[in-house]
Amino acid sequence: MALADRPARPRLDPWQDVNVEPFVRIEGVTRTYGDVYAVDNVSLEIYRGEFFSLLGSSGCGKTTLLRMLAGFEQPTDGKLFIDGVDVTGVPPYERPVNMMFQSYALFPHMNVEKNVAFGLKQERLPRQEIRDRVAAALDLVKMDAYGRRKPDQLSGGQQQRVALARALVKRPKLLLLDEPLGALDKKLREHTQFELVNIQEKLGITFIMVTHDQEEAMTMSTRMAVMNEGLIVQVGTPAYIYEYPATRFIAEFVGAANVLEGRVLGTEDDLLRIYCEELNAELLIQHNRPMEPGAPVAVSLRPEKVLMTERTDLEPGVNRIHGTVAEIGYLGDISIYHVRTAGGRMVQAQLTNRNRVENPGPTWDQAVTLHWMPANGVVLEA
Amino acid sequence: MRLKRRSWLSLGLMGLGYAFLYGPIASLVVFSFNKSRLVTVWGGFSTQWYGELFRNRQILAAAWLSLKIAALNASFAVALGLFAGLALARFGRFRGRSLLAGMISAPLVMPDVIIGLSILLLFVVMQQLTGWPETRGMTTILIAHVTFSAAYVTVIVQSRLVDMDIAMEEAAMDLGARPWKVFMLITLPVISPALLAGWLLAFTLSLDDLVIASFVSGPGATTLPMVVYSSVRLGVSPVINALATLILLVVTGGIVVAGVVMHRREGNARRKITPVGAGRRAVEDRV
Amino acid sequence: MRDPTAAPQYQGLLVRVWRWLAGLVFWSRVQGIARTLRGRMLVALVPTLWLLLFFLVPFLLVFKISLAESVLAQPPFTAIMHWSGEALLELRLNLANYLLLLEDTLYISAYLNSIRIAAISSVFTLLVGYPMALGIARARNTARLILLMLVILPFWTSFLIRVYAWIGILKNNGLLNNLLLTLGLIKQPLPMLHSDFAVFVGIVYSYLPFMVLPLYSTLVKIDQSLIEAAEDLGCRPLSAFWKVIFPLSLPGVTAGTMLVFIPAVGEFVIPDLLGGPDSLMIGKILWSEFFTNRDWPVASAIAVVMLLFLVVPMVIFQRSQEKALDEDGRGRR
Repeated sequence: MALADRPARPRLDPWQDVNVEPFVRIEGVTRTYGDVYAVDNVSLEIYRGEFFSLLGSSGCGKTTLLRMLAGFEQPTDGKLFIDGVDVTGVPPYERPVNMMFQSYALFPHMNVEKNVAFGLKQERLPRQEIRDRVAAALDLVKMDAYGRRKPDQLSGGQQQRVALARALVKRPKLLLLDEPLGALDKKLREHTQFELVNIQEKLGITFIMVTHDQEEAMTMSTRMAVMNEGLIVQVGTPAYIYEYPATRFIAEFVGAANVLEGRVLGTEDDLLRIYCEELNAELLIQHNRPMEPGAPVAVSLRPEKVLMTERTDLEPGVNRIHGTVAEIGYLGDISIYHVRTAGGRMVQAQLTNRNRVENPGPTWDQAVTLHWMPANGVVLEA
Repeated sequence: MRLKRRSWLSLGLMGLGYAFLYGPIASLVVFSFNKSRLVTVWGGFSTQWYGELFRNRQILAAAWLSLKIAALNASFAVALGLFAGLALARFGRFRGRSLLAGMISAPLVMPDVIIGLSILLLFVVMQQLTGWPETRGMTTILIAHVTFSAAYVTVIVQSRLVDMDIAMEEAAMDLGARPWKVFMLITLPVISPALLAGWLLAFTLSLDDLVIASFVSGPGATTLPMVVYSSVRLGVSPVINALATLILLVVTGGIVVAGVVMHRREGNARRKITPVGAGRRAVEDRV
Repeated sequence: MRDPTAAPQYQGLLVRVWRWLAGLVFWSRVQGIARTLRGRMLVALVPTLWLLLFFLVPFLLVFKISLAESVLAQPPFTAIMHWSGEALLELRLNLANYLLLLEDTLYISAYLNSIRIAAISSVFTLLVGYPMALGIARARNTARLILLMLVILPFWTSFLIRVYAWIGILKNNGLLNNLLLTLGLIKQPLPMLHSDFAVFVGIVYSYLPFMVLPLYSTLVKIDQSLIEAAEDLGCRPLSAFWKVIFPLSLPGVTAGTMLVFIPAVGEFVIPDLLGGPDSLMIGKILWSEFFTNRDWPVASAIAVVMLLFLVVPMVIFQRSQEKALDEDGRGRR
C-alpha cells in the first residue's frame, strides 16, 4: 500500500482501531480428544499484516489451534474466519493459507526448485510464471544458488529457507509457522529471527507463529497470545504482556518475576498499600482500581526493577528491605542476585555489569538494601 | 548403540556366526566346479555340470514356470501389500483393523504345511461348488503365493509408512494437492524403496517355496523347488550345485543392484536429515 | 488433466490402464471428499476380503474336513453336511480322526518331539544370533550396512538349496567327517546326517536371519549412553550388558524366538532331508498322511491340533509386532 493511500488521521495500531475489520477471526473454537480439551473455547482476532505469536509450553494447545487454521484438524465446536470467509470445514487444499512445518516436511525426492514449484503446479499456472515465481521466491530467501540440490544435501538453516520459500511462493493470505526456528542452533536462530521479520514486513503477509520460546515470540511479534492448558491467558503486545502480566502464570512464564503475596491494607489515590508477611514489610504498588482492605493479593516484581545498593544505613521501610546475598549468577552482561531477606524469603534482583571490573557488585553474604518504585510492581489478578 | 571397547570375544563370536552362514554356501559353489561326480571330494576344475544343467529340459521348464509365477506373484503381492499397509498405517482405528492385522501377521509364522493344506482344501471345495478352478496348476500356486507373500510386503510397507514424516503429506495438501495427488506425488515416491524391497522379497519367497506349491500344484505344473527336491531326495548331485551357484549369482546381483539404488536414494538422505529429525522430535509433541 | 479420449489410438493394455487411472483421478476431483472416503474403504476392503477368502476361510475348511471320513473318491473325504430328504440338514460329525491322534502314540510323540526340537533349535539360534546382532548394532555406519546385508543375503537364496548344502557337509563321507578324519580327531566317520543334530543345525542355519533381524532392530535403538551410564555408575561391562542391554532387547528376543519356533514346529523340508527315521516331526507326518496315505481328514486333524499348540505363541508374536510398530510411530503423529 502506498503511503498516499493512508488516511490522514493519526496512525493507530489495527487492534486499537475500531474501524479495522479483523483479518482472522477465531470464534469460540474448541477441540477435544476424548475427554481432553486441547483447545478450550478460544476466541481471537488477528489483523492484516500482523506477526502474531501463539506462545505456550508443550501441550498447551497452540499447535492444535494452528493446525485448525491450516485445516488439518477440525474444531469440535466454534468457527474460523479468514478474510471474512468462514473456512470451518474447508479442506486444507482449498484454503488461502500456507504452513511452514516444524520438520520442514521438504519432499526428499524432489530438488529445491521442484519443492518450491509444487504448490504452483497444483494451481496449474503457466510454466513460465511458475519458473519466474520460483526464482523470485528462492531469491527472497537467498537460496537461488541451490535450486538443483536435493533436501538432504542442505544444512538445517538452508532447509528452513526452502520451506519458507515453498510456503511463500503461493502468495498466501496467511502464513502459519509451526516452531519455524525450533531445529536451528542458537546463533542461527537469532539471525533468522530478524530475517523472517524483514521478509514479513516486505511482503505484508499476515504471519501466525507457534513457539514455546518466549524470547523468540517477543523479538518477532507485533502481538502475542499466551496459552495454557487449552486456554488463552493473555493477548497483547510483547511489551504490554511483559510489563503488565495479567496473572501469576504469565508473570512467571514470560520472563522472571518475584511474586509476593500479601493483604491489602488500604488504597491511597492510585496506590495500593499491602502488607507482605513473607518479607515482613509494607509495599506500596501502583494500581488503578481500589481494593477492599484485608483482601489477599499477589504482586509481581521483575528482578531488573528491584534496585540493590551496598548501603546498609537506610532504615527498612515501605518498598525497602534489608537482606544478604545468597547466590550470584554471573551472565556476562548482567548478574542475577538471590537475596535472602529477614523473613527467609528469597528475592531476585538484577545488576547490569556496566564497568569491567573483576567484582562488579556486592559479594556473597554481603548485607544489601533492596528497594523499588511503586510504579514498577504489578498487582496480579489471580 | 555403539560400544567403545570392542571385545575380541564378541568379534570372534560374530565372525563364527558369519562363517556358519557362508561356509555351506561356499562349499556348494566350490563343488559345482568339481570334475568328480562326488560332491565332497575334489577331482579337479570343470564346468561340465553347468553344461549338463542347461541340457536338462525338465529343470529349465520348471525354472521358467517358477520365474513366471514369482514375477506375477511379486507384482500382485506388492499391490495387495500396499493396500493393506496403507490401511494399517494410515486409516487409524477402523472396524476390522485387528482382523486385518491378525491375518497379516499370522502367515509370517504359520507353518507351510498348514497354509498349503488349508488353501488346497479351499480350492477343492470351490471346485465342487463353482467348478473353478478346473485344474490346479500355475493359477492356484500363484493365488497361494500371493496370499502369504502379501503379508511380508505389508509389513515392509507399513513400517516405511509409519516411519515417514506425516507432515510431508500435510505439506502437500497445504500446498493445494488433493488427497489422491498427495498419494501419487508424495507418498508413493517416498515409499518406493519399500515397494521395491517388497517386490524382491515376494519374488524370492515364491521362487523358494516347495511345500505350499506341492500342495496346490496339479499335473503338469512342476516348479523348480519341486524338481530340486525330488532330485535331492535321490542323493546329492553336482548339477544341483551348479543350479545353486547360478541362483546365488542372480540373487546376489539383484540384491546388490537394488541395495545400491536404495542406498543412493535414501541411505544418504536419512543420515544427513538426522539433525532435523532429532530436533523435530525433541521440541514439541502435539496434543 | 488431459482428456482421456485424446490418448493415442493404439490398442493395448497400457492405454486401458491409463484411461482407468485418468478416470479415477477425474472422478476423485469431481466428487471430492465423499469419493475419497469411498476410495479409502476400497483400499482396506480389498486385502481384507482377499485374506478372508484365501487365508481365514481355508482354516475353517481344514477344521470341517478334519471331521469328515476318508473315502476312496475325488475328493477323498465325505461331506459332513447332508441334505436328507425334506430340507433336513443332517450333520454327520466324525471324531474318529481325533481319536486316532490320541490312540496312536506315533502322533503324540511326533507332536512332543516337534516342540522339543523347535524349542532347542530356537535357543541355539538365539545363542548364535545374539552376538551377531550385537556386533552389527555396534558397527559403524557403512560396516553396519554391509554386515546387515550379509545376514539378509543367504535368506534371499533358496532355502531348499541351503538345506541341501548341509547334506554334503554332514554325510558319512562328507566334508566335516573328511576334515575330522584328516585332522585325526576321529577314527570312524561320525553318523551326523539323519540325526536330531542335523535337524538342529538345519533349523538354526535356515532361520538365523529371522532371529538376527528383529534382535538387531531392537538393539540398534538402545541408546549407547545407557551403557556408559551403567559403567559410570560402577557396572562392569559384562554386568552392564546383563542388567541394561539384555532386558531392553527382550522384545527383539521374543519376536525372533517366535519367528523361529512357530514355523520350526511344522517344518517339513529340514526333518525330511536331514532328520533321522526314528525322530519324527509332525510336519513330516502331515505330509505323508496327505501325499502317501491320501488321508486328507487325518491330515486336517493333525493341522488343527498343531494350530492349537501354536495359538499361544502366535498371539505372543502378534502382540510384539503391534507393539514394535506402535513404538516406531510414536512422536511422529
